[in-house]
Amino acid sequence: MAEEAIDLPLFELSRIHPPRMAQDEPSPAGAAHGATYRVAGSLTIMRAATTQRELDALPDPLTIDLSHVERMDTVGAWVIYRTVRDRKAKVVGASRDEVSLLKEVAQFDAPTRVVPEQPGSFNRVFGELGEWIAESGRTLLGLLGFLGATLIGFANVLRRPKRFRVNAVIQRFDVVGVRALGIIGLMSFLIGIVIAQQGSVQLAQFGAEIYTINLIGRITARELGTLMTAIMVAGRSGSSFAAQLGTMKITEEIDAMRTIGVSPIEALVIPRMIAAVLMMPLLAFWSMLLTLIGGGMFVWLSIGIPPLTYIQRLQEVIPITDLWVGLIKAPVFGFIIALAGCFQGLLVQGNSEEVGTRTTIAVVQSIFLVIVLDSVFAVFFSNIGWI
Amino acid sequence: MTPKDCDPVIEVRGLRNSFGEQVVHDNLDLTVCRGEILGVVGGSGTGKSVLLRSIIGLQIPDAGEICVLGEDMVGRTEDEAKNIRRRWGILFQNGALFSTLTVAENVEVPLREYFPFIKPPLLDEIASYKIAMGGLPSDAGPKYPSELSGGMVKRAGLARALALDPELLFLDEPTSGLDPIGAAGFDELIRSLQQRLGLTVFLITHDLDSLYAVCDRVAVLADKKVLGVGTIPELLALDHPWIQEYFNGPRGRAAALGHEEVEHAKA
Repeated sequence: MAEEAIDLPLFELSRIHPPRMAQDEPSPAGAAHGATYRVAGSLTIMRAATTQRELDALPDPLTIDLSHVERMDTVGAWVIYRTVRDRKAKVVGASRDEVSLLKEVAQFDAPTRVVPEQPGSFNRVFGELGEWIAESGRTLLGLLGFLGATLIGFANVLRRPKRFRVNAVIQRFDVVGVRALGIIGLMSFLIGIVIAQQGSVQLAQFGAEIYTINLIGRITARELGTLMTAIMVAGRSGSSFAAQLGTMKITEEIDAMRTIGVSPIEALVIPRMIAAVLMMPLLAFWSMLLTLIGGGMFVWLSIGIPPLTYIQRLQEVIPITDLWVGLIKAPVFGFIIALAGCFQGLLVQGNSEEVGTRTTIAVVQSIFLVIVLDSVFAVFFSNIGWI
Repeated sequence: MTPKDCDPVIEVRGLRNSFGEQVVHDNLDLTVCRGEILGVVGGSGTGKSVLLRSIIGLQIPDAGEICVLGEDMVGRTEDEAKNIRRRWGILFQNGALFSTLTVAENVEVPLREYFPFIKPPLLDEIASYKIAMGGLPSDAGPKYPSELSGGMVKRAGLARALALDPELLFLDEPTSGLDPIGAAGFDELIRSLQQRLGLTVFLITHDLDSLYAVCDRVAVLADKKVLGVGTIPELLALDHPWIQEYFNGPRGRAAALGHEEVEHAKA
């Protein structure tokens, strides 16, 4: 750094005070002979913007008189220095400290960019498109690889059951399953009321209010119970999987785990997968139950169908296959949610912002995949005759 | 042991800090004078960082008075605190750079916050020379914190702390994680800034070489309070086992020897 400083423009510094008289009277030819800028008081960051503006307004050749400066900081010195550098201004009346401060800041004159270089907008659009395609491909491949790694992890745990982390799994059961009961229950109960209310209003137009029970029963068992639970679990647990693993990635906990010889897949991913796969059907069943109760409450209070009749009627209209349709989908959805959450979590690298981005992607991806799979299931089940 | 002509910049009286049952500071007193570099040392867990956080108002103490640059730090409103925040710079232990901004943008944050009228070209130049001052190469400006090494993060943090030409600089272990050449350069930088700008520096460090090279006085934290403040010879005159072990241990002696050699060479 010191060597570079020698090449920089040297100051035309003078410690001799300039003749006062000549300056106090601005001569009419002042503009032609240049101007003198006299700074008094403190030349600090507080006055940097003003000083720069005033300097910009003066014509060349410029002389800066520092003899009345009481205090100068590095920003003040920089403003003077850049004027000398860019406009070859003359500096007079600087004290020894001010000279050394000016020389000091001159040493650090190393222009730097503020933001990384950006390509032109045309190139950028294509670049971004290409990057997006490549990224999608990589994500798909990565997801496949992650699925494989998880399956290998499962196989390892099956071969050596001692490595199975019972405590971790039980703890996940609590977090993913038990603690979700309240919110999922409340949500389902309200959805039950809404379906019953909307359904009964429409069906009443045909005098077919009694079929409200068919509507509630079948849609709940086949679709809504599982789907709403999956969405709730994705928002609650899928996001927390991604955020937890992502934070652990940033704090290098996962690296530490690897170097100690603990497989992150076995210790972190598999317990979460098992919890999501096993808890989803139970939560889905719970959700169906509460939706039916909510709907039952509504038809009892609003249409006047007593609970006992409601239950009897439900038994008649819901085929047992409807329950199977709902419950078979649930573990698959759980698996998808855990897979997307853990995968995105482990992809986090770099900064804390990435944790947020990846968490969002995990939730969006898992809900999207759940709905895609749900439609596949719908076609499949009706084709095998479970209508 | 406070010098007679001391113009106090930081005054801490009867400070008490605790976390639940655990008392970190009890009746702690400390005075930092204008223009000095005060080193703060102490074993791990003696509350050096907590003391720093109390002084800068991030930790509300259980009891005691803290006065910084003539203003009371305890129980003030956010507006009053703003004036004083413009006059200090803080380098946190892990840099605490904003991860979504580049290094240069990080340095510009305090400038933009307090001086919105500085025009972009000047602003960028100020950020550039602050970055160079912190000892970073000029290609570090457009990099994001996640692309920097640990030592570079420290330097970028220092550049940001220096952004407003503060009167008072708080440094939390600035040389930890730097290579010896970088650490020596850092010491020199702190010294020259302090001399040229009349900076007051509150320096938490474990680096014995730094203590010898830059500190005017050293405060020793132990037993929940400041055991003693003074130059290293003055501290050694106190017959406390921890101080003796700290400065007369193998590392302490090596640092003292190194310092003597440097002084000798200068003479």
